[in-house]
Amino acid sequence: MKVANWGNYPVVDAEVRNFRNVDELREILENGSSLIARGLGRCYGDSSLNETIISTSKWKRILDFDRQTGKVKCEAGVSLDDILKVFVPRGWFPAVTPGTKFVTIGGAIASDVHGKSHHVTGSFSNYVDDITIMLSDGRILTCSKELNADLFWSTCGGMGLTGVILEATISLIPIETSYIIQEVVKTKNIGEIMTLFEESEAWTYSMAWIDCLATGESLGRSVMMRGEHAKHEDLLSDRSRKQPLTLHKESSLNVPFNFPSFTLNGLSMKAFNTLYYAKAPAQYKKSIVHYDPFFYPLDAVHNWNRIYGKRGFVQYQFVLPKENSREGLPAILRKISEHGKGSFLAVLKLFGPQETVISFPMEGYALALDFPITKNLFPFLDSLDEMVQYYGGRIYLTKDARMSAETFRNGYPHLGMFEKSRTKFDREQKFESLQSKRLGL
Amino acid sequence: MGRVLLIGAKSDVARALAHEFGAAGYDLILAARKSRELERDRADLMIRYNVGVQVEELDITDLEQLHTWYATLEPKPDTAISVVGLLGVQEEAQADWQSAKRAYETNLTGPALLLETIAADFEQRNEGTICGISSVAGERGRKSNYLYGSAKAGFSEYLSGLRNRLAKSNVHVVTVKPGFIDTKMTEGMPLPAPLTAQPEQVAKDIFKACMKKKNVIYTLWMWRWIMAIIRNIPEPIFKKLDL
Ligand SMILES: Cc1cc2nc3c(=O)[nH]c(=O)nc-3n(C[C@H](O)[C@H](O)[C@H](O)COP(=O)(O)OP(=O)(O)OC[C@H]3O[C@@H](n4cnc5c(N)ncnc54)[C@H](O)[C@@H]3O)c2cc1C
Ligand SMILES: NC(=O)c1ccc[n+]([C@@H]2O[C@H](COP(=O)([O-])OP(=O)(O)OC[C@H]3O[C@@H](n4cnc5c(N)ncnc54)[C@H](OP(=O)(O)O)[C@@H]3O)[C@@H](O)[C@H]2O)c1
Repeated sequence: MKVANWGNYPVVDAEVRNFRNVDELREILENGSSLIARGLGRCYGDSSLNETIISTSKWKRILDFDRQTGKVKCEAGVSLDDILKVFVPRGWFPAVTPGTKFVTIGGAIASDVHGKSHHVTGSFSNYVDDITIMLSDGRILTCSKELNADLFWSTCGGMGLTGVILEATISLIPIETSYIIQEVVKTKNIGEIMTLFEESEAWTYSMAWIDCLATGESLGRSVMMRGEHAKHEDLLSDRSRKQPLTLHKESSLNVPFNFPSFTLNGLSMKAFNTLYYAKAPAQYKKSIVHYDPFFYPLDAVHNWNRIYGKRGFVQYQFVLPKENSREGLPAILRKISEHGKGSFLAVLKLFGPQETVISFPMEGYALALDFPITKNLFPFLDSLDEMVQYYGGRIYLTKDARMSAETFRNGYPHLGMFEKSRTKFDREQKFESLQSKRLGL
Repeated sequence: MGRVLLIGAKSDVARALAHEFGAAGYDLILAARKSRELERDRADLMIRYNVGVQVEELDITDLEQLHTWYATLEPKPDTAISVVGLLGVQEEAQADWQSAKRAYETNLTGPALLLETIAADFEQRNEGTICGISSVAGERGRKSNYLYGSAKAGFSEYLSGLRNRLAKSNVHVVTVKPGFIDTKMTEGMPLPAPLTAQPEQVAKDIFKACMKKKNVIYTLWMWRWIMAIIRNIPEPIFKKLDL
């Protein structure tokens, strides 16, 4: 069966195995020699691809909920969409959420995902109380920050290479309403937006759309969105006050097939970027919006990735240490705008401090851009890799489909620790992905 | 709201049905063999939908016990859906008499006997919906699965007769004829994607058919027309086909 993740690159012919109980999973592990777990395939590249894939799509039950503490225990295939549907009406929300709700809890842990709140909440692993995992020899172990901590810290961000996550307990945060007080602020260039990020550190949520094609004085012009969960008294209309915890609606828009690859040429991207910037309000606008468009604007159109056509695209996301960002970010942006290949979805975030074994975030600026795959894209990305390394940054594994083993090693200084616990726990050395093989892991 | 009995509750289709009915507020009785596994489903369904869920052990080939099993089931459902089925491997069933027997008991004798007991209860109460999952495989026997197919054919005809018997009562009977479904039963088989339904889709169709009191539904819908063609191939030609 042909399988690809969100970027539609690479596409592999894989055997996809489901399990409905632990015995079935154990049997798959016994009979397999090179396996990787897969959730909803929202990583962009090859992290959850291999000749044999273990899908968690039949493993998605919610097992326990404590209405006093907001702790949820569930199987790894439960999605954030499920969590929202079940718990928002009861006044609970995931503390950390990526830009799409169609990810599984297993995937969120394995990538140790971050959201717009990283500078306040840290990454997903901060709200994971414990993880139960099946190792390659069929043993089932539970780990947490206290118990089997080495397994815990190499599983969070470990891209499925330690074993198959079976269950996890995560902590939700209480909300009074399902709405967000949002401020939209426009800035003229990269210097301004960085200053604004630093001034916005007290806001729980912040991110910016950045126009990667603007040049000169306007290099890095951006639109920041920052937000807080609205309290009951913040709601303006009677209707929303009466129903403060309304849920998101199922989206009905869909891109039914791959667009031909000429649709997204440089010109249309430039037009889109200019439009996006122009559409934003004059300088500043405050409003109350539902969580769905605030956190998940892209979920409104199912299969939007198909606009990049059959050849697919890659997302390039890197983070630079904060102290090097004032110099490094403009330099990298200049390189991208010179190249004229920037995407219309470029997102800038400021991470707070984090130093864990193999997770992506570190204190500094993170930029994510989409690039449709063209003939000379990869050499260009190699040259970006060099700049990222020069400024002491790293690239996000869950978005990656092409970086070299060397770039990877240079970016992740605690790799030795990861490899040590992987050797300890993946005794039979069965878990690997196309990505881990490419990166020499 | 009502209470739904799902017979064969561990199947992918039954699990999807449990979500469909649970979301609509129905209490659920999940009946299956090796039912302990369903304790997790019970927790899940209760947390998600705030409905009552009970798990019951049932082996549909335990023919002697089926009557007592239902008689002692408390509380009684007002909708009963038989999802059990066994595709098996035709060659094995041909070679092994026991295996052929199991195919008939699982697909026909067991479900029909159990539904017969339930029908008597529903008829007496003058309420309820009985739904049986049969198969398009029951519409024309072919060499690759005629043991399964003929059992399903029998089951379809059983449901047809039952519907006729209960037509004047307030009890409704739905026959469901799925084409291909992507489930444990068909895992690893190369099924044509456009003709293959996801269990969630099948469950939605079944839920709707029960609500709207449909008689016979095909899911996916195009199977109605595909089977019309297959039924009409003249036998002298059909018998030579490699199907
Ligand atoms: C539109 C969009 C926006 C996004 N925004 C963000 C963002 O803001 N921040 C962010 O951090 N990420 C973001 N992502 C990336 C996404 O959150 C991660 O890739 C996430 O891991 C995907 O989860 P998944 O369930 O789809 O897993 P998959 O994509 O299937 O797998 C991802 C990784 O998790 C592993 N894995 C999955 N399940 C298990 C399991 N049960 N046991 C062990 N390993 C497992 C896989 O092996 C693989 O390495 C975004 C993705 C999209 C498409
Ligand atoms: N999949 C298809 O393409 C397809 C097409 C047409 C019709 N159907 C029909 O759709 C229904 C659902 O099937 P499915 O696709 O979801 O496959 P499935 O998962 O194999 O479902 C069949 C269920 O029947 C149960 N069962 C078998 N023998 C039993 C017994 N002796 N006692 C109790 N339960 C028993 C099985 O229980 P265990 O889990 O314990 O084995 C299983 O849960 C079946 O009636 C099938 O014939 C399926």
